[in-house]
Formats: sequence, C-alpha cells, structure tokens
Amino acid sequence: MSTTEPTLREQIESAIGEHDVLLFMKGTPERPACGFSARTVAALEALGAPFAAVDILPDPRIRQELSAISSWPTIPQLFVKGELVGGCDIVTEMYETGELAQALGVEPPAEAPDHAPKAAEPGAPPLQIDTNHVDRS
Amino acid sequence: MLTTDDLKARIEGSIPDSRAEVVDLTGTGDHFRATVVSPAFSGLSRIAQHKLVYDVFGADIGGPIHALSLSTRAE
Repeated sequence: MSTTEPTLREQIESAIGEHDVLLFMKGTPERPACGFSARTVAALEALGAPFAAVDILPDPRIRQELSAISSWPTIPQLFVKGELVGGCDIVTEMYETGELAQALGVEPPAEAPDHAPKAAEPGAPPLQIDTNHVDRS
Repeated sequence: MLTTDDLKARIEGSIPDSRAEVVDLTGTGDHFRATVVSPAFSGLSRIAQHKLVYDVFGADIGGPIHALSLSTRAE
C-alpha cells in the first residue's frame, strides 16, 4: 500500500472542505435507507439547495471516522462550509424557522410551510468515498 | 432492551436541573425521542445542547440505542 494514498479520515476531511454543503447519510438522496436521512434530504431539496451526499453504509469505517472528526454520534450529519450544522432534528428545526435557508444562502420558500416536507425528490448523485485504497494499518 | 424510564433517569441524573420526556418511537426499546429542558443549555448552540445529551449515553448511541431524536430547550 502506497504511503501517498490518503487515509480514510483525510478523504472525509477533504470532502468536508471541498463541498459547501455536504450531507453524510444512510443510502443516497434517491434511495435514503433511513427515515432520518430521508427527512434531511427532503428539507435540503425543498429549499432547492445544491448539496453533495456521502452514503456511509458501504463501509462502517466511514461512520467511525466521521463521528471521530465531528464528535457527533448519529447519522445523518450536515456540513455547511466545513462546519457541522447538525443531524435530522436540528436541520428540520432550522428548516421550519428559516435558519436553514439563511445558512445555505438560498431564498426561503415563498410560503413558509408549517412542517418540513416528508417526501424526497431525486437529487444530486452520491459522492464516493473510495475505501478500496485507504491505509488499513 | 432499554426503557423510556432508563433514558429519562440517565438524562436527569447527568444534566443539572434537567427534565426529560422520553418516548419509545417504535416500541422496540431502541428508537427514542427525548425532549429535554435544562438551564445548562442556556447560551449554547443547538449542536452544543444536543452534544450534552448525546454525551450522557456515549457509545450506547449506535449500540443499544439505534436512534435518539432530540429537542432541547434552556428555559
């Protein structure tokens, strides 16, 4: 294994740094594998905010390393401009108060909904964290 | 399997002057929702408030506790 290959943690940190809006989730925006991830995707898509997504399910080490970086134990995790914004509860609450639109720099919906949307629309393709080339030492 | 009383006791025993209401979302003892009110949350961001609650359970989250949905208030 070449020492020039980035570690899994470095790949995750790079992804967080490179994407203004990055969601770590179970499943993909098109096929969320967990209700909490689905609700978070729905809130982002209701605002029309472009976002990148990482499916953490293919390799359990992604979740381990992510939680070590963020000190946040659960999935999903939404990062905006490199900072952890929160999981499903916080993102949903911020959607309802209009703070999410503000944080994402998008216009809030013309008519503020009482509740976050439930259904997910097709969204951005998932970002791949390449776990085949990470240092397993 | 954990009960809502277990979670309530651990939260109220760890976060000063807190009151917690805990609901078992699925009836299976592993998906919970907690509403926690404590003056300890005063002045903290939502992230910091939720981390205080998650810290009560440490590695149990992702272990016996599959999901813990939170709502926190300082008042």
